Amino acid sequence: MTTLSQRRARRERPGPLEYTKRWPLRVIVLATLAFLYLPLITLMVFSFNTSRRNVVWQGFTTDWYVKAFNNESLLQAFVNSLTIAFLCTIISVILGALAAVMLWRFRFPGKTAVEGSMALPIVVPEICLGVAMLVFFARVLPWPMGLPWPLNLGAITIAHVSFSFPFVSTVVRARLASFNRELEEAAKDLGASEWRTFWDVLVPHMQPGLIAGALLAFTLSLDDFVITFFTAGPDTITFPVKVYSMLRFSVTPEVNAASTVLILVTVVLTAVGLQMQNRTEADKAKA
Amino acid sequence: MEQTWRQAKAAFAAISIPPIAWLLLFFIVPMAVIWAYSFGENTGPVTIDFTGTFSNYMRAAEPLYLEIFWKSVLVAGLTTILCLLVGFPVALAIAFASPRMKAWLLLLIMLPFWTNLLIRTYALIAVLREQGYVNFTLEWLWSNASGLMTLVGLQPLGEFEPLTLLYNNTAVVIGLVYVHLPFMVLPLYSALDRMDRSLMEASLDLGAGHMRTIMQVVVPLAAPGIASGILITFIPALGAYLTPDLLGGTDSQMIANVIERQFKRANDWPFGAALSFMLMYLTFIAIAVQALVQRRSERRR
Repeated sequence: MTTLSQRRARRERPGPLEYTKRWPLRVIVLATLAFLYLPLITLMVFSFNTSRRNVVWQGFTTDWYVKAFNNESLLQAFVNSLTIAFLCTIISVILGALAAVMLWRFRFPGKTAVEGSMALPIVVPEICLGVAMLVFFARVLPWPMGLPWPLNLGAITIAHVSFSFPFVSTVVRARLASFNRELEEAAKDLGASEWRTFWDVLVPHMQPGLIAGALLAFTLSLDDFVITFFTAGPDTITFPVKVYSMLRFSVTPEVNAASTVLILVTVVLTAVGLQMQNRTEADKAKA
Repeated sequence: MEQTWRQAKAAFAAISIPPIAWLLLFFIVPMAVIWAYSFGENTGPVTIDFTGTFSNYMRAAEPLYLEIFWKSVLVAGLTTILCLLVGFPVALAIAFASPRMKAWLLLLIMLPFWTNLLIRTYALIAVLREQGYVNFTLEWLWSNASGLMTLVGLQPLGEFEPLTLLYNNTAVVIGLVYVHLPFMVLPLYSALDRMDRSLMEASLDLGAGHMRTIMQVVVPLAAPGIASGILITFIPALGAYLTPDLLGGTDSQMIANVIERQFKRANDWPFGAALSFMLMYLTFIAIAVQALVQRRSERRR
């Protein structure tokens, strides 16, 4: 005999495949999110703490932000990081898009080898690329010292582009797979030049891939510590390298404040990028 | 259809020369130089002769360094297993969530991935150290448990001893899992999301339990995703530099830390070059094994 409550319990039980509604999975998901976010939230909260030591909450202050903004070398490192990320993004998107179009459009001798070498920077361990860049810029192509800013950032930017543009190329190529090649032929039949077809037909189609690739290149560059650590000189410190040296000497909430600013910058940029991507995709869907 | 390059030589040249030249000059050449150095010898403070010697590789095969290689493989392997154990249920929950919920969960998993690695590692230090939140929580639980025991008339627990969670191998594994978890969840999610759900329904209808359905239906179907998740987690964990450097103790060095020391403090570039090429070969072996497993599982189907 089934009582009413038993029947109700059965009705409210999750469907067979609604795994998200089962409590063991809910607990695991919540615990994972807590594991991922609690350290970051703690870091941000303690950037507002009056105590020098990051242990007990004493009171609210924004002094650490003022201090971080008045720290000349920290600010310089921050500006350097953003500049490198910006330059790296532009070069990587151009090179990555060209590489994607080359591999998508042409058949040529040695294509497999080129394709394989393009994937190498993605899989090679960071430390190996880092030491290779160190040796390269020390012995093969010494980057001139004392160049005016931002030219002195050239070595780091080159190193960043080398590992970023293959990622951009992969993303753009995935996007190109959905392109209808007949459109290109139609444009050419109607008398458009090679360049015009590329610019007016292919590039608009690649746009969401280009935005996603740009976002990826920007964060990869901003995030990188290991490769920069090996290519940075004394006056070309980037933000992660600066924070690293601050961690070595003394940890004050100043580091927390600077980190919070960087986290916010990344979150805002990611949000803007995703929004742009959604919008172009929505436009495409409408058209 | 793909065009042959002969049909549009000018366009081909304009498109292909910049990326190929960049790759050659700023990736292949630096790698080749390091490779050449690994067969060289230090003959002065800054001069290195290319003598074609294998002594650097012989030295890298000494027990001391083999042990570090083996330890790095173990730490990276343990990290990968932990990521898989945590990541699989999370990916399952995301794949079966409502579309709205799915977008949010994916964003939440991705967001730390966009945050700077150094900052995330630093954030973890504040949580794990002796005066950190994990120990505070444990102390609170400990004193409450102790109070409860006196209440029921038992001996109270002794003084709370904070756990040493930092500067040891455990900390390195926790740190690596923390950093690499999104790498595992995303490929698992995309494999589970593409899976044919009617097969799961069939298995459940025919009387298999949820655990059995997951182990015998879902896991084999998602095998390619699991394999790529394992690879994508294992490779960066194997070559990790920052996590063992910041969270590890004196005995938790991994290969990357040894390589860094050869190029900075020890100033023995040829030996460092040999070590970094051995790390690279290990990485390639991992990729080859994954490709082999993938091909075999595809053939079985």
